[in-house]
Amino acid sequence: MTANTTVKPPLAERPTLLGWLRKNLFNSWGNAILTVAAGWLTFVTLRGLLTWVFTEADWTVIQTNLRLILLGQYPIAEVWRIWVSMLLLAFLIGNSLSIWGKGKTSTRFTVGLMGLLFALAFVVSGPSRTWLLAMGAVLGAGWWLARGAGKAMRNVVGIGWVVWPPIFILLLRGFTPDEGFLPLVGTNLWGGLMLTFMLTIVGIVFSFPIGVLLALGRQSDLRIVRWFCITFIEVVRGVPLITILFMAQLMLPLFLPSGLTIDRVLRAMVGITLFSAAYLAENVRGGLQAIPKGQYEAAYALGLSNPLSMGLIILPQALRLIIPILVGQFIALFKDTALVAIVGLFDLVGIARTVLAQPAFLGTHREVYAFISLLYWVFSYAMSYVSIRLEDSLGVGKR
Amino acid sequence: MANAPKAHANPPFWRDERVLRLLAQVAFGAAVLIFGYFLIQNMVNGLRQQGTTLGIGFLQNTAGFDLAETLNNYTRSSPYFHAFLAGLYNTLLVSAIGIVLSTILGIILGVARLSSNVLVRGLATAYLELMRNLSLLVFLIFWYLGVFLKLPLVKDAVIWPGDIILTNRGIGIPWGIPTETWPAFKLFLFGGLALAILIIVAFHFQGKRTGKAPLAIVWAPLAFAAVAAAGWFLQPSAPLSLDLPAVQGLNIRGGRIFTPEFMALVSGLVLYTAAFIGEVVRAGIQAVSKGQVEAARAIGLTSFQTLRLVVFPQALQVIIPPLTSQYLNLTKNSSLAIAVGYPDLFYVSNTILNQSGRAVEMITLVMLTYLMFSLITSIFMNWYNARVRLVER
Repeated sequence: MTANTTVKPPLAERPTLLGWLRKNLFNSWGNAILTVAAGWLTFVTLRGLLTWVFTEADWTVIQTNLRLILLGQYPIAEVWRIWVSMLLLAFLIGNSLSIWGKGKTSTRFTVGLMGLLFALAFVVSGPSRTWLLAMGAVLGAGWWLARGAGKAMRNVVGIGWVVWPPIFILLLRGFTPDEGFLPLVGTNLWGGLMLTFMLTIVGIVFSFPIGVLLALGRQSDLRIVRWFCITFIEVVRGVPLITILFMAQLMLPLFLPSGLTIDRVLRAMVGITLFSAAYLAENVRGGLQAIPKGQYEAAYALGLSNPLSMGLIILPQALRLIIPILVGQFIALFKDTALVAIVGLFDLVGIARTVLAQPAFLGTHREVYAFISLLYWVFSYAMSYVSIRLEDSLGVGKR
Repeated sequence: MANAPKAHANPPFWRDERVLRLLAQVAFGAAVLIFGYFLIQNMVNGLRQQGTTLGIGFLQNTAGFDLAETLNNYTRSSPYFHAFLAGLYNTLLVSAIGIVLSTILGIILGVARLSSNVLVRGLATAYLELMRNLSLLVFLIFWYLGVFLKLPLVKDAVIWPGDIILTNRGIGIPWGIPTETWPAFKLFLFGGLALAILIIVAFHFQGKRTGKAPLAIVWAPLAFAAVAAAGWFLQPSAPLSLDLPAVQGLNIRGGRIFTPEFMALVSGLVLYTAAFIGEVVRAGIQAVSKGQVEAARAIGLTSFQTLRLVVFPQALQVIIPPLTSQYLNLTKNSSLAIAVGYPDLFYVSNTILNQSGRAVEMITLVMLTYLMFSLITSIFMNWYNARVRLVER
């Protein structure tokens, strides 16, 4: 045998299509049967689904009501406020991608997002197209501007993320009661995907500090504080979210002094925040327990007081450790906000009922709910995908 | 400066940490109490203005509403309390069926995710990704409005082989009706159950004594089936007579009919929860290190023995805690029945609440009931963890 004749591997191990099929799908009789069964199942499901989507379903209900589904009854004249906050968001995302993303991944991500926005811009028409194009441009500009930025820029962007949610909510809500600059838009006009986002954002922003405090309280050696926190956390975690929402909706007005009323959306926000805080507290506790005791002792040895060692040494490490878990929890929160439809709010699910009540679109349940499921799916999937990619490039949880 | 240590040993009380701790706790407790008192005072005042007081006496009042399906003999003239119980039983029924079915489907999914077959693995992964990012509420509503209510009308009913009738008024399947020999047959069933338990216990002790136990999981059900078969055939007539569902006018009669609400709730909950259980099972199996399997094979265990004696017990230890929390989630999620109109605990309580106007009492009652479920679960978990730890060390 000469040096340049090589022995070919057996058929099943050759990197050919047939070899691959043999090795992965038909390596035994049992597997072959499984393959055929699974293949048939895939074929039948896909055929049914595609037939329905492209031939049977009537998507005009979505086309006609897209605005309603996305924005609810928000006045058309004020929609620019939503777009402005979206521009800010795009800018922040661009900044963050170039600061925290890693070289190629960051570029690819930014270009991909911009491409997505531009593609969307060509699908829609009217002023939305201009806004979407602007969003893509702002995203790119944000990415470009923050390249090679120093620590100061990082802090600015960090602060930007903290102040964006309140700006978003204040902008959408408005300030002055009637005519004038930024008139008030009542929460009864908030709806659709926008309200779902709003509830999620408020839930995340407010449950975070409460949850951290509860977690610290649960670890505290002040007995009364500890028992209060444990009771709160366990009670909230022991009941379904819907009971909390009902409690917020029906009992919260009772608890307030007579004459003081809060509107329905705010009540739902209170319920969601308290619910989320209890779960967040348990996750933070997990992070706190994962910090080695030496860290506590070292902080003590340095002469840091209890609050200082918590704030400067323990919490930053604990929170960094649980970022993946927190993202998972926030995705769950996003999906759970759908329950506010049961207490009569017009979020995505609530607005679906309005759409289905239109005489022209009776009986289009499948189309409407399939589309709404798709929206939930896309945003949840995007969140988890981005978080996984970011964790990879940040090296979170790998220390 | 020489007296400084002395001063340090006896600091003034406002620098004494023990005093400060005590004060902080008293202040916190007082704040919570005052705040709570403020809230409750507001509530009592508000209720007084509405002309009501707190109390659960109203539960004895006549309910006056109908419930589509109940397990107790509730009628519209029963008291509220019976309606509440009917809802509780329905919740327990849905949870029990949901837990059994989602466990079976979950195990299949978990194993499929680890399959060496690319297609099977891909299918299971796709299913998981699909479910994990859906909102359960939307999913349930989709099943209800988009699937079960879209089934054909009764007059065009679809009949599947095995006399399964599919209509938009419900799904009928064949069911047994007890005959006069049913009570005697029940005795046989209990006897079989007792024998099965006896076999499990006896094999367990034999295993402890000799180190070689026959497979209780095979023999116990076999014994039960044998006794049951004996009871069925030894009696003069069959204890159950088969009742087939049939279309009758505008309804289906006979057999057992599952309403669209029930079907939508159970199928939605099962398909959703199974995805999460599948992940729990997969993680549990993967948590058993490869060395364990290799070691078991090295000491001469067969592959089945390896699975049963080495992999399974260790995987179970990892699986049980998250699995119980999935079961609890399923039970809590069954409260979404209100979106599809199935009369579960929460739906019934909400109806009672709307009719009697007793928001505070009903919400408290529902919350306490769900809390009881989680309390029982966590007691079980503590017991299980303690037991596992004893076995381990």
